[in-house]
Amino acid sequence: MSAENPERRAFLGKASALAAGLAIAPGVLLFGFAHGRPAGEAASGKVRWGMLVDTNQCGNGCNDCVTACNKENGLSGGTKATDSQWIRKVELKNMKGGRNLSLPVMCQHCEHPPCVDVCPTGASFRRADGIVLVDKHRCIGCRYCMMACPYKARSFVHEPLADQKPDVPRGKGTVESCTLCVHRVDRGEQPACVEACAKAGRGAILFGDLNDPESEISKRIRTVASAQIRADLMLNPGIRYEGI
Amino acid sequence: MEHCYYHLIYGDKLLSVPIRVDPWLTNSMMKTFLFVLLLAATPAWAGDSIAPKLDIGKGGQCVEDPKLMRKTHMDILRHQRDETMRLGIRDPRHSLAGCIDCHASTKNNSVLGGSENFCQGCHVYAGVKIDCFECHSSKRKTVAEATK
Amino acid sequence: MYSKVEARNFYILVAASGLITGIGLVAAWLMEEHGHIITGMNNQIVWGIPHVFAIFMIVAASGVLNVASIGSVFGKSVYKARAPLSSLLSIALLAGGLTVLMLDLGRADRLMVAMTNYNLTSVFAWNVVLYSGLFSFAAIYLWTMMDPRMKPWNKPAAFAVFAWRIILTTGTGLIFAFLVARQAYGSALLPPMFIVMSFAWGLAVFHIVQSSLYAWNGKTLDPVILQRMKNLLGLFVIATLYFVATYHLTNLYFARQDGFERFILAGGGIFPWLFWAGYVLLGSFLPLVLIFHPAFDKTRHTVIASLLVIFGSFALLYVFIIGGQAYPLSIFPGYEVTSSFGDGQIASYSPSLPEFLLGLGGLGVAFLITTICVRVLGMAPPHDIPDRRKRDTF
Repeated sequence: MSAENPERRAFLGKASALAAGLAIAPGVLLFGFAHGRPAGEAASGKVRWGMLVDTNQCGNGCNDCVTACNKENGLSGGTKATDSQWIRKVELKNMKGGRNLSLPVMCQHCEHPPCVDVCPTGASFRRADGIVLVDKHRCIGCRYCMMACPYKARSFVHEPLADQKPDVPRGKGTVESCTLCVHRVDRGEQPACVEACAKAGRGAILFGDLNDPESEISKRIRTVASAQIRADLMLNPGIRYEGI
Repeated sequence: MEHCYYHLIYGDKLLSVPIRVDPWLTNSMMKTFLFVLLLAATPAWAGDSIAPKLDIGKGGQCVEDPKLMRKTHMDILRHQRDETMRLGIRDPRHSLAGCIDCHASTKNNSVLGGSENFCQGCHVYAGVKIDCFECHSSKRKTVAEATK
Repeated sequence: MYSKVEARNFYILVAASGLITGIGLVAAWLMEEHGHIITGMNNQIVWGIPHVFAIFMIVAASGVLNVASIGSVFGKSVYKARAPLSSLLSIALLAGGLTVLMLDLGRADRLMVAMTNYNLTSVFAWNVVLYSGLFSFAAIYLWTMMDPRMKPWNKPAAFAVFAWRIILTTGTGLIFAFLVARQAYGSALLPPMFIVMSFAWGLAVFHIVQSSLYAWNGKTLDPVILQRMKNLLGLFVIATLYFVATYHLTNLYFARQDGFERFILAGGGIFPWLFWAGYVLLGSFLPLVLIFHPAFDKTRHTVIASLLVIFGSFALLYVFIIGGQAYPLSIFPGYEVTSSFGDGQIASYSPSLPEFLLGLGGLGVAFLITTICVRVLGMAPPHDIPDRRKRDTF
């Protein structure tokens, strides 16, 4: 892939430093969402948060989004079958043409999430602004949502935890998954993975309001071909992919 | 879980005892029964000498009247919890993190740890299990973030 | 009319089943204390051995009511005399299954949350209602049989139980039938398949309990009744085989699923073994020989056949539940997939002792309830007096 080419890499590095500067410092103006909601205000149904992942920019072997997620949310970063992984890098190889692809998979924040349908207590729910969350106060740890999720986006906490992040409560015996960094989004920031990807000079993940026709993500979805994974299930995920 | 509270006033001391019971038991019969039971048990623990001495952290003006907080902090927290979790209303006044920020001990920056720590001290005294800190951080946010 | 289990046997049985239950509870406590890390379950295989035990018991709890239904709904007197034992076994198995399911929860301490928050779109939430309903209906049905004043209500109660248990097993099948994510599940065939499986497994349990009770009381079952009941078991075993075959054949027909079928039926390590040797050969063909071959006409042959049917049911459930999860999800069709989270790979699962003991504990609960109630309520099956005239009635 192109990332193997050192010259191109160096160029990308410089270009991305510029891009990162653009993306982070004046991000307020660029994406028009960086003003967090006032503290006393509920999440609005007028907004639908989503992401557009450009797999052409996503690097084979780059794991920065995963590392950033683990750090932000206090995950151990372990990859045992019992460890939580909210976001993972998936390497794809087309069985016919042999084309290689690399992309992150996390909770797809569906409009019609199967996890919410099957949850017996209503612990899994979809917030008004489209973020799918687990209310751990209500989760009884039955793992039915994990059986139902077509993206295998959820993890179960198998061990007692200590020293959780104040913004990200997590506990043994409950199910968890990507929250779209809801605590950051509510403050008007971008999810940690998006920020890390920009910092790595790739800017492969675009975050924004899918309902706002003027948002960067909406504009891009209008102009380039993007796809949802398992689109056949008609769940309308909020995470879209370019180049698959 | 529903909560029942029994508060008894001795001089200027208000003792409130939260009792966790299943909702279907919170009928008047149960309350009467518990009230009688508590009256019988009262003299044993009513004295000032064994009341918990708490490190109230930064202290200062609480977001609500302390007497009200003693009685209803769990309801306030639970209400705020559902608002924040389900609706995304992040009111810092009644957030658990806000409470901890003020009341974490000046020694270990936590509301847990020993009989002087704000949450643990009183809950041990009242004999009520806290379920919050299996998932939530018990440390003052600024400190918890710095140590990560 | 009812005979009681001999006192010494009774106490031995209570102690044994109590011990099994106790060990199961200790296992559950360990899982609660340390978390599911001490089980073999993980983020890929999220449901394991406890669910095999629990689903077996819940399915059999419905099927064991066959006897009561044939007796009361279809008016066969030989079966009707066994209806109390049949209802009791249903309650006991359901209690055992639910105990396992509940104690396996990540937060078993939040039972109250589960009882007070219902998500109406969740099949699990429906099942909570269905389970409680079966308990109530079976208890009322028992009452109508044991209290002469309630006799007029016997028939309506029997119908209610009959209808409810069919709905209940449909619900159990729907738990999987609604899962579109995984290739093993998401099939409309599953609810009827579960109903037919329940007939076979429930009757197998009934045979074993009935024969044990007769043996402990030094009685023998009328050979004609034995003949009838074991033939019925044979019929249900054949029907189950038919449904299992249809399920796999329809899967093979859908091009997207043939990878999964190849895995389960041929290349998937332990799963093809359990399926062909465990379920098909030992759990179906061998029992059928024991049931239908004229050389095997003794009670013990039927008991062995029943035990084999139960063994086969565990093998089938293991393949269905664990094999169904072990095969990777098809998230990116047409691509070879790798990741740190087991994408594109067969998930591995090695059950641990605690989860196995928890499942066994559930059987202990069912065993304990049955033992105590049979004695206290006098529910042993009747000592049938051979009566030529009556034979035509079943």
